[in-house]
Amino acid sequence: MDESIELRVNGTPVKVPPGTVVAAAVARAGVVKFRTSVLAAPRGPLCGMGICMECRVIINGDAHSRSCQTLCAPGMDVWTT
Amino acid sequence: MKTYHFEIVIVGAGPAGLAAACAAAESGKRVAVLDDTPWLGGQIWRGEQARPSISQARKWIERFRTTGVTLLDRTSVVAVPRRGLLTAEHPEGPRAIRWQQLILATGARELFLPFPGWTLPGVMGPGGMQSLVKNGWPVAGQRVVVAGSGPLLLAVADGLSKHGARIVSINEQAPFAQVAGFGLTLLAHPSKLWQGIQIKWRLLGIPYRLGVWPVAAEGDTQVRRVTLTNGEKNWTENCDALACGFGLVPNVELALALGCRLQNGFVQVDKWQATTVDDVFCCGEPTGIGGADCALIEGLVAGYAATGQRSRAADLFYKRAHWHHFRERLAKAFALRTEVRQLASDDTILCRCEDVTLARVRRFSGWRDAKLQSRCGMGPCQGRICGAAAKVVLGWEMESVRPPILPARVEALLVLNGNSNGPAASPLSKT
Ligand SMILES: Cc1cc2nc3c(=O)[nH]c(=O)nc-3n(C[C@H](O)[C@H](O)[C@H](O)COP(=O)(O)OP(=O)(O)OC[C@H]3O[C@@H](n4cnc5c(N)ncnc54)[C@H](O)[C@@H]3O)c2cc1C
Ligand code: FES
Repeated sequence: MDESIELRVNGTPVKVPPGTVVAAAVARAGVVKFRTSVLAAPRGPLCGMGICMECRVIINGDAHSRSCQTLCAPGMDVWTT
Repeated sequence: MKTYHFEIVIVGAGPAGLAAACAAAESGKRVAVLDDTPWLGGQIWRGEQARPSISQARKWIERFRTTGVTLLDRTSVVAVPRRGLLTAEHPEGPRAIRWQQLILATGARELFLPFPGWTLPGVMGPGGMQSLVKNGWPVAGQRVVVAGSGPLLLAVADGLSKHGARIVSINEQAPFAQVAGFGLTLLAHPSKLWQGIQIKWRLLGIPYRLGVWPVAAEGDTQVRRVTLTNGEKNWTENCDALACGFGLVPNVELALALGCRLQNGFVQVDKWQATTVDDVFCCGEPTGIGGADCALIEGLVAGYAATGQRSRAADLFYKRAHWHHFRERLAKAFALRTEVRQLASDDTILCRCEDVTLARVRRFSGWRDAKLQSRCGMGPCQGRICGAAAKVVLGWEMESVRPPILPARVEALLVLNGNSNGPAASPLSKT
């Protein structure tokens, strides 16, 4: 498979094929907790379509980015919270 | 702020929106399609433009590309400040989009009902999981339990297993007698029947249970086990993911914000797909959950009618009636049983954004009250998830929508408020 896009998830480099969304890159990096809830519980994607906001992460310093609706780009810096 | 002017503006690039665009373009008018996502095709054909594998998707996407219709992707409509104007958000900044005729093709979302453990990572909507898998989410070798309701469960199980997932079981809450009637309806819809058989063949060996639903999910950092029931006995299955959704609910927020009337929770339209608001049309799932074929026909009718090509629209009425019949049977076959409305216990979270439990919400008389006093529905999803659940679990209606219609950034909200009073209270404000 063409894994030509390289980005970092929580500082670790991950390679993904074009057309991959950030949520998928986070999962490929082995991370299951995308964010921490108000009562400190782990959360991950629910709707996969940009509505629930459970998949939000920090992308290139931009907090609250929906990882399910954002395509991976070379050099992206992704942090879960 | 960047401003656009079009004669016809279509919101949503799913099957309904694409068909509407193709039909409208035949009139020679200036047409634009807006979509929140970076891709064409809506929920069902997402990811298909990169690697088209469904011939129907390829056909429509290619047809759309030859029309010369402007595509404004990654453009989320967040508000309707006044007639003829939409405010949208784009990664490069806010947009103002002027329209003379507006076609709403905003689709549907999955219905999530709360049960103990539904907030664990790894518990996802079946459609949501399918969508993520189409865009690279790793499922190969994972054990997936599929549960909830609707024909989507089968389509998703099929799709996931093609990507290497090990489907443990498929569990449909509707009882056999109810779904069996739907099987008969399929005979009147040959293309669907064929699809159904094909899927069944591939799923052979995987239990498809009727009258079975989930009661709890467990795990420490992610879901590991699911307890299922048939109403008489409970049992537990191990898994790495639980794909669970109870059907689809229409995205009617934009229609509501425009003042369109609803009927039984769906946008009310006449035979031309015209809403109760002048020059505003609606097609696809917001008018009823009928699947992609129904959405395509309605989209064509809306696109023709909105551009004065009425005889072309009328030619499709017969075909549309056929799919409307299918839509009605679908709703009956997969109607929700009482038990799935009562899966949550007192300490189960209802509002995932603010972590508000069902017990805390239940004290209030209605949605408005609960929102003001418990913060339920006030988080970044704007009540899209818990509002739909509260309707089914508590019988509460959401009376109105406040902007933003989709989660918005602070800049778009500033524009909304005319820059004067600061951003509308948004939990997403980056300030
Ligand atoms: C998560 C999910 C997955 C699904 N997967 C399948 C499947 O695999 N197979 C299948 O047969 N059916 C699937 N379905 C059912 C499918 O949605 C319908 O059959 C069909 O796609 C309906 O077409 P539509 O054009 O009405 O809506 P959609 O395809 O949902 O298109 C609506 C579009 O409108 C856009 N939109 C909505 N609001 C706004 C806004 N405010 N601003 C900008 N854009 C907006 C959305 O981004 C979306 O692209 C799925 C449904 C969901 C919810
Ligand atoms: S998973 Fe729901 S917004 Fe991304």
